[in-house]
Order: sequence, then C-alpha cells, then structure tokens
Amino acid sequence: MTRKQRFVSTVLPPVVVLILATAGLELAVRIFQIQPFLLPAPSRVAGALWKYRDELAISLWTTAQAALIGFVASAVFGILLAIPLSAWPLARRAFYPYTVFFQTVPIIAIAPLLVIWINPGLESTATCAFVVSVFPVIANTLTGMLSTDPALVDLFRLYDAGAWARLWKLRLPSAIPSIMTGLRIAAGLAVIGTVVGEFFVGLLGEAEGLGVRIVAANKVGKTDLLFAAVLMASLLGLAMFAGVNLAAKLLLRHWHASEKDT
Amino acid sequence: MERLASDAIALRLQSVRKTFPGGVEAVAGVSLDIKAGEFLAILGPSGCGKSTLLRLIAGLDSPTGGSVELSDKLERGRIAYVFQDAHLLPWRNVLRNVALPLELLGIPKQKRLASAREALERVGLGDALRRYPAQLSGGMKMRVSLARAMVVEPRILLMDEPFAALDEITRQALDEQLRNLWLKERMTVLFVTHSTAEAAFLADRAVVLTRRPGRVVTDIAVDLPVERTGPLRATAQFAGVIRLLYEALTKGGA
Repeated sequence: MTRKQRFVSTVLPPVVVLILATAGLELAVRIFQIQPFLLPAPSRVAGALWKYRDELAISLWTTAQAALIGFVASAVFGILLAIPLSAWPLARRAFYPYTVFFQTVPIIAIAPLLVIWINPGLESTATCAFVVSVFPVIANTLTGMLSTDPALVDLFRLYDAGAWARLWKLRLPSAIPSIMTGLRIAAGLAVIGTVVGEFFVGLLGEAEGLGVRIVAANKVGKTDLLFAAVLMASLLGLAMFAGVNLAAKLLLRHWHASEKDT
Repeated sequence: MERLASDAIALRLQSVRKTFPGGVEAVAGVSLDIKAGEFLAILGPSGCGKSTLLRLIAGLDSPTGGSVELSDKLERGRIAYVFQDAHLLPWRNVLRNVALPLELLGIPKQKRLASAREALERVGLGDALRRYPAQLSGGMKMRVSLARAMVVEPRILLMDEPFAALDEITRQALDEQLRNLWLKERMTVLFVTHSTAEAAFLADRAVVLTRRPGRVVTDIAVDLPVERTGPLRATAQFAGVIRLLYEALTKGGA
C-alpha cells in the first residue's frame, strides 16, 4: 500500500460515518420537527459555533489551560509515585489502595468543595482534572514496571547492575508502552474533569471556561450553544489524545517493525 | 559460592540440590567436574531442572544443598548467559544491545562500543549495527544475543536451549557458528538442550539428566573430530553418538 492509499483507507471510513450521521440527525430533526431547545439540528449548532466564536474561543483557551496543567501534573506525579511503588512491595501494599480512591471518587460530588477550598478559577479546575486523570497513569505505569521481562532482570543481576541502572536502563524504558496507554486515558479524562470543575466555578460567577458556558446556555435554553461548547470540549480531548499518540509514536518508533518509517 | 584452587577445573558441582519453596524439588544431588575449556552438553527431558542448574551456576539462584565452586581465576562479569529467546532491549539498536553488559560493568563508552562491534563481527552481524531488534529475523536476534554474551569474553558461557525456537536450518547454521567460536576462544561452555543431534554436534562431553528431580544418569565422551561441519551430520560415526545419547536419555525416563 502506498502512503496515499493508507491515508485514504484510514481516514475515509470515519469521515463517511460522520457525514452520514450528521445528515441523518439533520433530517430527523426537520422531519419530526423537534424543538430546537430539546435537540438543535447540526446546522443550528454550526450557526451557534459561528455566532459565538469569540466567546467560545476564550472558553476553549481557558479550559485547555486547566486540562493541560491537570494532565501534566497527573503524568509527572503519577509516574513519580509509581516508581517507588514498583520498587517496594511494602509501599505498594500501603499506598496502592489509596490511589484507587482517586479513581472511585465521584468528581461531581467533590468538585464544588475543591472550588471552595482552592479558589474558583484555574487552580481548582486544574485540580479537578488532576484528580480524575492521575489514577490511570499510576496504574498503567505500575503494571508496566512490574511486568519487566524476568530474563532481562536476570541479565542485569548477572552483571551487577545497581538499582539506579535497573530503573533507568530497564524498568522505566520497559514501561513506556504502558505509560503511554495511561496517558492516552488521562488526556480525555483531564478535559472531563476540567469541565465538571467549571460547572461549579460558573456558579460562583467566574464566567470563562467551556463548562461555565455549558451551564449558562442550559439555563437560558440555548441548546445550540450548549452543543457547540460540548463539541469544543470533545475536540479538545481529541487533540490531547492525538498529542499523546504522536509522542508514543516517536518514542516507540523502533519497538515494532510495523511503526518504522517506510 | 566457593572458589577452586585448581586451574584445570573451571567449575565443580558437589551434590547440588534445589528445592523451591512449596516443595518442588528441581535438582536432586548433581555432582560434576567441568574442565576449563570444555564444551559440555546437558541433555534431559523438559522439566528435569536443566535451567535451574544453569541459574545456580550463574549465581542467579542459590542451592538448598551442596555447593557450586568456581575457578579462582574467574573475574567478575566473566560468566555469560544465553536464554531460550533472544531477550534484547527493543529500544536499543543492535550495537547498544551488545554493549549493555560492558556498560553495566562500568567500561568506558569508546571501549565498550569497540568491543561490541568486534563481537558482532564474530557472529557475522558487522553490517547490522544500527538496526533495531524488531527489524531482525529470529536467527539474527539470537546471534545478537550470542554476541551480547561473547562481548564480556566469558570464561564460562551458559546456554539454556538457545536455538530451540529456531527452524532446523537456522539452528544447524548457528550450531556450526557456535562450535567455531568455541574453537577460537576455548571458553567453558555448558549447553542445555533436549536435542540429541545438537548435543552430539556441539559437545565434547554430554551428561544426561533424569526427569525431575534432576540427577546425572550418564556421562558420555563425544568421540567426534574437533573441527565439525555440516557433512559430519550424515556420517555413521555421528549416528552412533546420537544412538548412545538416545539410549541414555531413554534410560533416564524421558
């Protein structure tokens, strides 16, 4: 397959689905004459996107900052925490249950508290993003580091490798594929966490992020604006996911014969 | 691990036992003297404790009874181990994979890369230095693994069914290459295999172990020419050695 053919065969199918689904929705809304405040037609959403483009751009930027800060904090903290947990079984037994806690916390319940405790604004929304996205990083890094090839561990022991060499030259690089899986999940979750945090920031009058926009649009029945904001949030999550994917591709380009450049 | 005073003996096993926690007895009293520069095949059915024996010799595990004694002359890092599969680091190219043992032993960069290049030349991979494991065939990966073992100029080379996963033709080619390497370097080789043909072609001496727990049943001197090439496999003499090994293996309960 040439580069062009491969591009067409991977990009074309989802694009066709998108066009068909959008057209179907447009048609259904018109035929059944659904009220715009219940379900706006895609054309109306597109109209809202254009009409409110300045406000939405500001909102997108606000949300993107918080989601990125939360995501980077999750990546750094998650990996740094997983290293000692992987090295010491006792530490793992002592702390791992509490990292699971991060995943089971219903963010919707604690977000209002975080907003009050920290500050309504970037700090609290980034914290929400961090809380929901840190667990997959810890869990996946840990899995990766604990499943290092035992034969290679033996090889390192045979040549008297110290703890530092084992970590840097074996355990951490072995875990990269798993770490990347964790980061892919964390990227999407960080955006969700931020938007949820913003719901409550909005209640306190700081009108900026996409979440704030969503709540405000909902109150006044501007469902088309609501959908436009949701779309922006999804695209933001998608962009962050794509960024992690690109990083993974660069880091792992030699690992699999399938990913080498042709 | 104790040290031997004599130079002629590279390795002495005295009633070596290994029982794993949980009560599985893998090795039950193996005693062996292995001469320096000897090519020894360890032959036995699956699960006879062959791999355990190698791990005990490498010091990766300690015996629950008996002793493993190594020659006085053996310096640190001069034992090499080749596993059943190549086990290369996928994020390192061939050259840096081979240089790894020297890197862990703290040899300076220039020196270790030069040694790695030389080791790769010796296994016929001098032109694949910059390639990554994912781009290599099974046979090439195994040769990289062999080069990684040879790079420390081992006095003792432990090999645990290293070519078992390869096709017959590649395997025979690698057997021949290994035998030639040994003729040049004369390190002590302990080669674990369950193939009588491989043991006959490679070794000068073969010991046969029983099914678990492993015990030595036969110690056979392989009476074949020192220089061995492909055509030897078709001779009556070779067939005779294989029959001898086969009978010993059958006696051992395989």
